Amino acid sequence: MPNIPEHIPQLVGEIYRTRSRLVFATLIRLLKDFDLAEDAMHDAFKAALEQWGEKGIPSNPLAWLVSTGRFKAIDRIRRESRFDSLEQQQIWQTEATPPDASRLIDKAIEDDMLRLIFTCCHPALSLDARTAMTMREVCDLTTEAIASAFLVTPSTMAQRIVRAKAKIREAKIPFEVPMEHELPDRLGAVLQVIYLVFNEGYYASSGESVTRVDLSSEAIRLGRLLHVLLPDSEVTGLLGLMLLHESRRPARTSSKGNIILLEDQDRSRWDRDMIEEGLTLVERAFLSKPPGPYTLQAAIAALHAEAVRPEATDWAQITRLYSRLLNINPSPIIELNRAIAIAMHKGPEAGLQQIDAILERGDLSDYHLAHSARAELYRKLGRTNQARASWERALALAQQDPERRFIQRKLGELGS
Amino acid sequence: MKYICLGYMNEEVWETLSESERQTFMDDCFGYDDELRQNGHYAGGEGLQEARNAATLRWRGGKVSVTDGPFAESKEQIGGIMILEATDLNHAIRLLSKHPSLRLGRGGNSWEIRPAFDLTGFIEDSKRRRE
Repeated sequence: MPNIPEHIPQLVGEIYRTRSRLVFATLIRLLKDFDLAEDAMHDAFKAALEQWGEKGIPSNPLAWLVSTGRFKAIDRIRRESRFDSLEQQQIWQTEATPPDASRLIDKAIEDDMLRLIFTCCHPALSLDARTAMTMREVCDLTTEAIASAFLVTPSTMAQRIVRAKAKIREAKIPFEVPMEHELPDRLGAVLQVIYLVFNEGYYASSGESVTRVDLSSEAIRLGRLLHVLLPDSEVTGLLGLMLLHESRRPARTSSKGNIILLEDQDRSRWDRDMIEEGLTLVERAFLSKPPGPYTLQAAIAALHAEAVRPEATDWAQITRLYSRLLNINPSPIIELNRAIAIAMHKGPEAGLQQIDAILERGDLSDYHLAHSARAELYRKLGRTNQARASWERALALAQQDPERRFIQRKLGELGS
Repeated sequence: MKYICLGYMNEEVWETLSESERQTFMDDCFGYDDELRQNGHYAGGEGLQEARNAATLRWRGGKVSVTDGPFAESKEQIGGIMILEATDLNHAIRLLSKHPSLRLGRGGNSWEIRPAFDLTGFIEDSKRRRE
C-alpha cells in the first residue's frame, strides 16, 4: 500500500499550512457563514487525519476537504438546529448547492480567495474592522497575535472581529468579487488595508522598537497573494513599493536601535534581491497610463533605490512625481515630502518656504516630522536658534522612543 | 431583503440651485424612482418637508415634552426616505449609487443605507405575553 499512515499527519499538516485558507474561502461561499466555515474546515482536516491513512489519499485533496467540510457543516447544523426558520433556510441553501467538481478547479478556488479578501475589506466596514478581518480570516493570524501587533487588548480585537462578522451577516454583505466598474474603488479599500498593515510594521506608531517584522512581511505576503489573483497595475505598484521600502530595513536602524536617515544609511546593506524585484514591478506598473498613487510612490522609492550615493539621487524627478501624486491625492503629508525634495533639489531656503506655507495653513502643525524637517533645513542654513526651537517642538510631539532619541541626539549635535 | 434609505440633504446647498437645476434634479430623481418601481426594487418612500416644520417628542421630568425642530440640529437633515428591495448590501449600494440626487446635489446630498430589522420574532413573543 503506497500510503504509509506515518506520512499522513505530515501531509495533512503541509496542506493545512499552505492551502487551508483556500478550503476555508470556498466553504464560506458554500455555507455563507464565517464561523460555520471555520468549524467545517477544522472538521474536514480532522477527518483527513483519521481517514486518509486507511482509505488512501484522495486524488484531489482540496476538493475532498471542501466536500467533507460541507457535509460536516450540514451535520453540525442538523445537530444544533433549533428548527427555527433561519437555520432551516441555511440547511436548504446548503443542500441546494451540491459540490460540483468543476467548481473546485484552481481558478474557482482562487476566485473564492478573492471573494474572501473583498468581503473582509468591504468599505461598509471601518478601516480598523477591515484590517482585523483581513489579518484574521485571510492571513490566519490568531486574534491574540493581531491584538499584540496593533497594541490593543485581545478582548478589544476579538470584539472588533465579532462585530465585523455580525455586520457582514446582518447587513447582508455578500461574498463576491465586485463588478468591473466598481473594482477601482473596492480595490482601493483592499490596498489601503495592506499598506496600513505594512506601515504599522514598518513605522510602529508607538512603543520601544521601530520595526515589527511580522506585520510588514504579512503585508508583503498579502500583496503577493493579491498580485497573483488580481494583477491590477496598482496592486503591482503597491507590491513594488513595499519591497523597495522593506529592502532598506537592515540599514534603517543601528545596532542600538537608533534611527538612521536615508542619506546616512549604509547602502551596501540594502537588500539587492528585493530592490531588483521591486524595480521590475514598478517598471511594469508604470506602463499603465495614468499611473495610480501607489505606482507613483513606488516610482519615488525606486529613484532612491537606484541612487548608489545620496548625492546621485534624482531629486528633480522625485519632485515631479510628488507633484503628480498631489494632483491625484491632495494631502499635506505629500506636500511636505515634496517640500523636502525641493529643498534637496533647489536648496534649503526653497524647501523652508514650502514647509512654512503648509504650517501657516494650520495643516501638520502637530506633526512632528514637519518640525523635524524644518529643523534640519534651518541647521543647514546655520540658523541654529531656529533649528533648536523646531527640534524642541518636534520632540514635544514625537511619540515613539527611537524617534525621541533621534531628536535628542540632533539637539545635542547643535551644541548650546 | 429590505433596506431603508435615509436621504440626507443640505437645505443651504439646495437654496443655491437655480430653478432649472432644481427641475433637472427632480425630473431625473423621479425618473429614476420610476425605474426602481418598474424593476420591483421600490418598496415605498416619502419626501419630507423642511426640518423647520418638525416637532420632536421626548420624555422629560415624568411627562412628554414637545420641542420645535428636528431631533439633531445639523446642516444635513433627512429630506426623504425610500425603502429598497435588494438581494444584499452590494445590490442596494449599486441601486442607490445611480440615484441622480447624488450627482446633481452639489455634494449636499447623501444616502444612509440601513438594513431593515426583522421584528417578527419580537412581535410574536410580545403577542404571547399580552394574551
